[in-house]
Amino acid sequence: MALITMKQVTIAFDGMIAAENVSLTVRRGDYFVILGENGSGKSTLMRAILGLVKPQSGSIIYGDSLRQNQIGYLPQQTQAQRTFPASVEEVVSSGFTGRLGKRVFLSAEQKRICAEKMALMDIVHLQKKSYRTLSGGQQQRVLLARALCATDSLLLLDEPITGLDPEAAEELYALLRQLNHEQQVAIVMVSHDVQAALKDATQVLVMNRVVDFCGSRDAYQRRVERNGRST
Amino acid sequence: MAGALEHLIGQKGNRHTGKWVSVCILLLIFFMLIMQLPHIGGLTLQMRTYFEYGFLRRALIGGCIVALCAALLGVILVLKHYSMIGDGLSHVGFGALTIAVALGTVSVDSLPTLLPEGFRFTIVRVCESISNTPIPFTMALVVLCATVLLSGGRDRRAAGDASIALLSTGALAVGVIVSSTVSGMNIDVTNYMFGSILAMGESDVWVSVVLSLIVLLAFFLFYPRIFAVTFDEAFATSTGVRIGRYNRMIAILTAITVVVGMRIMGTMLISSLMILPALTSMHLFSRFRAVMICSAFISVLCFCAGLMLSCLYALPTGAGIVLVNLFAYLIFWCISNLRK
Repeated sequence: MALITMKQVTIAFDGMIAAENVSLTVRRGDYFVILGENGSGKSTLMRAILGLVKPQSGSIIYGDSLRQNQIGYLPQQTQAQRTFPASVEEVVSSGFTGRLGKRVFLSAEQKRICAEKMALMDIVHLQKKSYRTLSGGQQQRVLLARALCATDSLLLLDEPITGLDPEAAEELYALLRQLNHEQQVAIVMVSHDVQAALKDATQVLVMNRVVDFCGSRDAYQRRVERNGRST
Repeated sequence: MAGALEHLIGQKGNRHTGKWVSVCILLLIFFMLIMQLPHIGGLTLQMRTYFEYGFLRRALIGGCIVALCAALLGVILVLKHYSMIGDGLSHVGFGALTIAVALGTVSVDSLPTLLPEGFRFTIVRVCESISNTPIPFTMALVVLCATVLLSGGRDRRAAGDASIALLSTGALAVGVIVSSTVSGMNIDVTNYMFGSILAMGESDVWVSVVLSLIVLLAFFLFYPRIFAVTFDEAFATSTGVRIGRYNRMIAILTAITVVVGMRIMGTMLISSLMILPALTSMHLFSRFRAVMICSAFISVLCFCAGLMLSCLYALPTGAGIVLVNLFAYLIFWCISNLRK
């Protein structure tokens, strides 16, 4: 059973069609990279999966015990966030806000999971530190831990290496690889960094308002080589 | 000049200059306080006699409560980059208040004779009751404006900024015109603009008590959600938090706080009661909860100190409180400079 099945989804934004007729399937353990120019509709697609925008037509089906509010989302950081006064602990535990139900504060079980995810991301030693004093790579690991609190099965990342130096970016990719292999977390990533992203991807989707290409990484590489030769 | 000042303060200069300036300022403040110590005992005695006046007691109790609420809400507004919303809403409050009071001058003869006589009498009676108790009317109008402002602000941040400016100047203009043209209206506009220590009536104190209970309860019950919505709206929505609902809640509470507080602080100065304590405590604390608690304390302390100063030296209340707040800001800024 697939985690997400999109069938002929069309999304309009302020009367403009941002993504048209998109179909794709994400399964457990997949590593999906979505490529495309600016304004090609890849971020819109991601927002549709999260339920932040409603598709105009088509359907998005969540399966394999995944609910829409149980997707781990790593949004692009805003300037306000980088200087936000909050401790690492506070940020990570906010991953549970959607699952509080009638509770006022986190349950003991949720706190335990929180600590577990922080250990997984190797940020336990930072937990009392202030978020705004961390480096870009550390901040990204904190947000990743928060996203993992919200999900067990699917991570959605929006240009995760923006603003990171090459070392921190490589570290982040290694973490994602580890999550993908060891925890069987499916990963869907919007990226500009074609080469590095392709190293780990199993599936590639190229958006250009409509789906330009969708298939396995090997097929994509063959296509790139073919195109390179013809030009 | 500005460049030299900046250099001295240490923005562009090296850190050591900033540290030295901070040390000097702190020492200066410390010695000034030491010099004043002998007087403080006498002043407290003097204050005790002052507090036999009912209006002052009411101002102290009501004001402290409003200061507490304003500080808690202010932290969120500052972090969401909505600092100007308090200012905008207070101007709307000024406009609404003048209109409400001016309604008292409506008489049966001034209404068009086209309307049946009984209907005209009802209108006059409604206008009179609004004019006698203007606060509910004002509050309703400000709450309405707040919800409109914040509900449109999610996707259009830049537009939100402009619409606050539009609303606040517009409402101010209406207020000034109404209060200057309507004859038979004995409002002192200065009192509305800059606040008055006499403004807190018995009912205002009760309103502020209820308000503070609601604000404290809301913060207790929804603390994790409020944090999530303030820190990252996109992520909060993706985990299923209805951010619209919490934004609206904050808008309404802000509106009520502004209306209750603007009588003492004045239209022009009430927003500083929200913004300054938050900015001050962000200098020293870097955890969300600590910032919240610290700004609540700072706000209440500065309010009390400002009120006392304004009593003892006959200063305008709102302005005095703002100055005390700025003083606290300066101290915290110095300390944070030293810790770097």
